[in-house]
Amino acid sequence: MTSLSKPKIAFFDFAGCEGCQLTVIDALQTDIDLLNVVEIVQFREAMSEKGDDYTIAFIEGSYTRFSDKERLIAIRDQAEIVIALGACAHLSGINAIRNLQSTAEVRRYVYGDHAEHFDVSLAKPISAVIHVDAFIPGCPIDRQEFVRAVKALLQGNLPDIPDYPVCVECKLKENSCLFWYGKTCQGPITRAGCGALCPSLGTGCVGCRGLIPSPNISSFKQLMSEHGTSEAGIEAKLKLFMTHEILKSEASGDGN
Amino acid sequence: MAIESKETKRIDVHHITRVEGHGNIVVDVQEGVLKQCDLQIVEAPRFFEAMLRGQPYEQASPLSSRICGICAVTHATTSLRATEKALGVEPSEQTTLLRKLNLHGEMLDSHILHIYMLVAPDLLGAGSVIPLARKSPEVVMRALRMKKVAGDLCAVICGRHTHPIAMAVGGFNHFPTSEELSKLLERLEAMRTDLDATVDLFQNLQMPDFERETEYIALSKEDEYSFLDGVITSSDGGSWPVEQYRQVANEHMVVHSTAKHTRHQRPSYMVGALARFKLNYEQLQPKARIAAETLGLDPLSTNPYMNTIAQLVETVHCTEEAILIVTQLLERGIKQEEPVSPVRSSGEGVGACEAPRGTLYHHYVIDDGLITDANCIIPTAQNLANIEADMRALVSQRIHCPPDEITFALEMLVRAYDPCISCSTHILNVRFVL
Repeated sequence: MTSLSKPKIAFFDFAGCEGCQLTVIDALQTDIDLLNVVEIVQFREAMSEKGDDYTIAFIEGSYTRFSDKERLIAIRDQAEIVIALGACAHLSGINAIRNLQSTAEVRRYVYGDHAEHFDVSLAKPISAVIHVDAFIPGCPIDRQEFVRAVKALLQGNLPDIPDYPVCVECKLKENSCLFWYGKTCQGPITRAGCGALCPSLGTGCVGCRGLIPSPNISSFKQLMSEHGTSEAGIEAKLKLFMTHEILKSEASGDGN
Repeated sequence: MAIESKETKRIDVHHITRVEGHGNIVVDVQEGVLKQCDLQIVEAPRFFEAMLRGQPYEQASPLSSRICGICAVTHATTSLRATEKALGVEPSEQTTLLRKLNLHGEMLDSHILHIYMLVAPDLLGAGSVIPLARKSPEVVMRALRMKKVAGDLCAVICGRHTHPIAMAVGGFNHFPTSEELSKLLERLEAMRTDLDATVDLFQNLQMPDFERETEYIALSKEDEYSFLDGVITSSDGGSWPVEQYRQVANEHMVVHSTAKHTRHQRPSYMVGALARFKLNYEQLQPKARIAAETLGLDPLSTNPYMNTIAQLVETVHCTEEAILIVTQLLERGIKQEEPVSPVRSSGEGVGACEAPRGTLYHHYVIDDGLITDANCIIPTAQNLANIEADMRALVSQRIHCPPDEITFALEMLVRAYDPCISCSTHILNVRFVL
């Protein structure tokens, strides 16, 4: 069953819920042939065998401790292609929420007297530590998008991830806009590719796939405000998944 | 226990595989004396309670579902229950039925993953599910088929299993159509064949022989095998309303773990499928009781390895319960209800559900719509002290065995608890302001 052309791939996990790895396992329900076109050499959550001769590394989870750096660098040194798998690896996702408070305070709140016992840094996307060739966004990743990404990699290409907003996919589905129903939605500034899944279920987009390139955040904030969301409410919504991106754009002065 | 051998052994399992999250096993036997036997939790700490602080209450559920990709629905539901109790929200009967159905979907998904993909390779002599797929493709295809039904059930109710979408404080943002429910019913009924085959498969597999009696804790209700709400019940006697969860789950820090440990009346207790099975046996669906008998599991069992078998019994139970709930929903007809609104904007509440791995508690204090204090107590954190107590007893019993054999037995033991290490390192708030 092995052939020379089968790429060897490995999955790694850092701070996260392992829901993206679970989505990969679930992809086998519809695409069992995945096992015939790649050779998985490492996937701790699902298998005990362990090989270090991979060429493609999928990394789930955020960088959250100084000790993560060494492991990330070792993966980068080995793999020809490194792919951030899901929002935690891609954007630092929800892990970055704690960056809004001081690390000392967060540790004290949670560990009390033992606060100094554990190694903790600011939560960051893995691209803050190593070069990342591509990302598969989302919390969790979209199963079909993952399968498409693997197909692209097999053909020697990097995955093609949309750079237009969720609203485009939502309109194509002929959904009524949630803003008309007194709800709010981050679709206008969030990267598409999920098929507008949340708005299609009457639930506003939470921004898990990250910002589109050059988003007009000030106009979006105005829209939210016109629909009755308080300033604090807007901040909380934006910073559920996008804390890292918003802080970065504010720091560079192009956020508002 | 006196150990006569003068052997010296050290076992170091770095990052146990086929479990959720990062844990190490360290055993140190010096001159026949067990010096150290730890399950080290080395998962990155995640600080969910600190992240929940300051969040608008509507965001607590979508945020806390991200504690765990495997039990996301239980986290989301428990979070909603905590918020609803804090803000005086009484969900409708339909909401409760849909939530129970959704929890059954998650229980099926998680148990099938554990039984087939994580545990079965040990019993069938395969390193993992991938060689197993080559060796016994029909076994793996059966698992994937059942798992798809479970995942699709959650998708029909809340959009997807990881992470649920359409669930809200007071109700749902989206409802299944009767067509979707009818299709689901057919598939659940058809799944019975695969479940029978699973019982047949496990009937012939031998679990390691090991008994250690401990305290067992689960949520219970008089009229049903409880997953949503209930009272905390102990095998040592006694029951407590969920608001008194701190009397049961006394959390404490240990230095080798980024997850806190808990203890109740004894140094440790067990939660999860085996605890539920023992405490709520009377409420099991008849088919599940027959499966238990076939599989040689009785409510007096004190073998932690049998937790996997209890999960299989629950898989049968949850399928039967899901069939009943879907039938009931179809008879009632689905109403497009608006979520029930809170009657106040400040308050305090505790939510409790049975997650696949045991009792889960979320406790929130909400002030003017914002969460000011949060505490989440996770099943695996409650089990850690008990796993270590089992590990010590197991190593003491098998101290003369070769290290490889002990290591395999220990890894299987840890895996039997189906630990969810990402969950348990949510870490908790020591200074809870009431």
